[in-house]
Amino acid sequence: MNRTVELRNHLRELHNFRLRLVISAGFVLVLLLLLFSRFYYLQVIQREHYHTLAEANRISIAPIVPNRGLIFDRNGEVLAHNYSAYTLEIVPSKVDNLETLINELSTVIDIAPRDRKRFKKLMEESKRFESLPIRTRLSDVEVARFAANRYRFPGVEIKARLFRQYPKGESASHVVGYIGRINDKDLEQLEVNGDLSNYRGSQSMGKIGIEQSYETELHGITGFEEMETDAAGRVIRVISRTPPVSGNNLMLSLDAKLQEVAEKAFGDRRGALVAIEPSSGDILAFVSKPGFDPNLFVDGIDSENWDLLNNSIDRPLNNRALRGMYPPGSTFKPFMALAGLELKKRWPQQAINDSGYFSLPGSTHRFRDWKAGGHGIVDLHKSLVVSCDTYYYGLANDLGIDNIFSFTSQFGLGKKTGIDIEGEVAGLLPSQEWKMKRHKQKWYAGDTISVGIGQGYNLATPLQLAFATAILAGNGTAYRPHLVKKVLDNNNEVLREIVTQPLYTLNLNAANLATVRNALIDVTRAGGTAAVAGAGAAYTFAGKTGTSQVVGMKQGEKYVENKIQERHRDHALFVAYAPAETPKIALSVLVENGGHGGSTAAPIARLVMDYFLLGKLPEESAAKAVDQSGDEEEETPAELHTHD
Amino acid sequence: MIKLLRLWHYLTRYVDGLLLSGILLLMLTGLVTLYSATDANLARVTNQATNMLVALGIMWLVANIPLQHIMRIALPIYATGLLLLLGVMLFGEINNGARRWLNIGITRIQPSELMKIAVPLMLAWYFDKHEATLRLRDYIVAALLLLLPVIMILRQPDLGTALLIAASGFYVLFLTGLSWRIIATLFVAGAGSLPLLWSMMHDYQRRRVMTLLDPTQDALGAGYHTIQSTIAIGSGGVLGKGWQHGTQTHLDFLPEKSTDFIFAVFSEEFGLIGNSLLLLLYLAVIARGMVIAANASTQFTRLIAGSITLTFFTYIFVNMGMVIGILPVVGVPLPLISYGGTSMVTMLLGFGILMSIQTHPKLVKT
Repeated sequence: MNRTVELRNHLRELHNFRLRLVISAGFVLVLLLLLFSRFYYLQVIQREHYHTLAEANRISIAPIVPNRGLIFDRNGEVLAHNYSAYTLEIVPSKVDNLETLINELSTVIDIAPRDRKRFKKLMEESKRFESLPIRTRLSDVEVARFAANRYRFPGVEIKARLFRQYPKGESASHVVGYIGRINDKDLEQLEVNGDLSNYRGSQSMGKIGIEQSYETELHGITGFEEMETDAAGRVIRVISRTPPVSGNNLMLSLDAKLQEVAEKAFGDRRGALVAIEPSSGDILAFVSKPGFDPNLFVDGIDSENWDLLNNSIDRPLNNRALRGMYPPGSTFKPFMALAGLELKKRWPQQAINDSGYFSLPGSTHRFRDWKAGGHGIVDLHKSLVVSCDTYYYGLANDLGIDNIFSFTSQFGLGKKTGIDIEGEVAGLLPSQEWKMKRHKQKWYAGDTISVGIGQGYNLATPLQLAFATAILAGNGTAYRPHLVKKVLDNNNEVLREIVTQPLYTLNLNAANLATVRNALIDVTRAGGTAAVAGAGAAYTFAGKTGTSQVVGMKQGEKYVENKIQERHRDHALFVAYAPAETPKIALSVLVENGGHGGSTAAPIARLVMDYFLLGKLPEESAAKAVDQSGDEEEETPAELHTHD
Repeated sequence: MIKLLRLWHYLTRYVDGLLLSGILLLMLTGLVTLYSATDANLARVTNQATNMLVALGIMWLVANIPLQHIMRIALPIYATGLLLLLGVMLFGEINNGARRWLNIGITRIQPSELMKIAVPLMLAWYFDKHEATLRLRDYIVAALLLLLPVIMILRQPDLGTALLIAASGFYVLFLTGLSWRIIATLFVAGAGSLPLLWSMMHDYQRRRVMTLLDPTQDALGAGYHTIQSTIAIGSGGVLGKGWQHGTQTHLDFLPEKSTDFIFAVFSEEFGLIGNSLLLLLYLAVIARGMVIAANASTQFTRLIAGSITLTFFTYIFVNMGMVIGILPVVGVPLPLISYGGTSMVTMLLGFGILMSIQTHPKLVKT
């Protein structure tokens, strides 16, 4: 019984299957007929039309790559330009055995192992039908020699191409950036943006810095050439030519000379410096040390140089000014002081007696001042001049984290400044909300205390510190910091300016501002923490030193610079502006593991200001003076980190 | 002499002569066209001939394996394929912007190619197991078995392969007698979700669809392929321009002319007559495959044979449809003719299975 059912099932299944098979056979036939009818339509009915098109297809269209725009500094000095050179290129899809071909080629033209490696890397990165350079910058002799042997190498061609060059080399490399070969990821992005056809023929595009963020301005519009070819595909004549439109030139706000002075002032130290004109937001200098040579990237960097840059412990590719986050340390205090005055938690003459530490009511934990025994009677003015920590512990407690957050964030801390190159980070201005989100913890009163002296969770980039200082120097008026001042056409006529209007103006009490600003002037005079750097300045020089901790110390442990490995030493910070009455320049300096702000960072600022305001080039002796220590130096209070 | 003949008979006893003749004729056409497409590049042609020999060897090997053995390894093959696909997602190598290859030390493999065989095997095995009691639940399980690899391959992204695997699995479902109601529902649901899909697409994806509708919109970009291949085919006319005389081909207007667009070369040089003969040749191979499927003795072998044959047809239709501008440009080769070893091997592996089904003694299941 069972068996018959199963048998029937099998029969029905077979029947079912065959029915379905017949249906699909019908389906196949219909679709084949559809193909055939399309063939018939194309090859019989429309044959004439397509015949004509194929004949006309003797005309081919070749893209003409536009000249990339140039980059100048604010005085017209060239930072990036183009030059024409011959390259030897291979179309891999037209070649059977690349290895043999390259070996044979090397008998005609020098091909170094480095060229081979780079070519291999390019092969991996690009689509097969592209033409790829095996050698760049051929000499005339080499061009001639290849031309004579050309018949031996199908698929190999000499092409004249424009190359990008950065005449300043390492200087301002983080600002200008570099161009590099267009890779698959770039192509995808270009397709998404709908720019793909404008990049037919283009070999490279901006990868970082100005070259990247102003790519659309710099690239230009690709032109086309219509050419008639003979049956063998050789060009007979050019029928029409749509010339390319060169990219726009860029005039930076940067002062290349000032930039060089600043870079030299750092010597071999790692660090960053950002100088801003407070009345416009123009970035005058933007240093990240060490830098790198952008010329290495232009025709594809080889792996050795890449590894050297990428694996260096000094991380030269890291843009410290834009992306480095450091505790602002005592450079945070001027903003705290202003907050205290504006929010009426302090009046200028209100003084405390600093015995060297601060404790929260009902707690025995001591937040210690950097100076053992304290500074004695300290009012607001003195608190900035000697950088008294205890004063700001108390002030932070009285203000509370919410007030600190909302007041200082007006100076651009904890958010991106909106600078016109990509990759900026926002730093960190802690708040109750942030701590709950990030650490799932409520805010403790103790957290506020260390934030008050720019430590704890506080982090800022050198760019942010310069921006905040510029707002202070401009009496509360903020301009978006920018590296490009003007976009110019090819004849250097101005097309547009990047920033003309202020972002906002803070409503600050003039008397309060004057109190803080006067104190900052005295920081650079005798008795102040930057007295050494300020000595003998021909202008009034306002500043604030800072030190930010790299490694934690135990409660009661003393920071002794000599005993600590160089890379674990404190970072030195300094923010400043000058002339103090009508500031023309505001800046921030950071020296990694530099120790004290007053002795390492402030002298760099002084050299930069001297050059910018007086046109004075630093002398050898001045550079040496940088290393000498000042009289009294602040330090990071030892136990700061212990409560977080 | 007689001994040799006997040996030959012994070696070829599991080879289906009819199917083999069709395959060999198609391969020959492929080599002749490739010679023209590569501008008489003998090295390329030899290379492709080697690919073909290797693939034929694999076909012979597979033809010699009785189907019961193949059935037993359906599940392990499928599971391995899935694992390898997962491996690709996690550690795959990126090439030309897609993550398709997996480096397993000795060599690089493309697991999605394996799935082209593994998916129909798995589904046929599943339905064979549950043949007496097919319920909706079985179809849902089968659909999941199919969709899992398809989605993983779509994400690589490899639209062409995903499409072919989806088709091969769907054919198995269709041949088991998936109810017309469900098919109609799927169809309507598919058509209904189009506007939603459109709203979810990236701009550049939309542009690709628009390019299909009007290739001249982006004549220098994505539409270029289609414009040039239709010109090649149309200008070929009834008789064609003659072997090695296609102007589109030899003046370098045709892109990818030895791989995905090789049909345009063939069509330009051999015209409508060549096209018709080629279609007939393909049809003969498909017909043989269907006869094998109709005569197969078990549900498993039937489904496999049917799915392999219909998938073969799908390759042809999708490739030609793209070259003549009625389907969007997806990377699907013209079977047995396009340059390339991987798809050749997969294709002939399938034919090996067909031969094994046809030539091994049929066990009638009781």
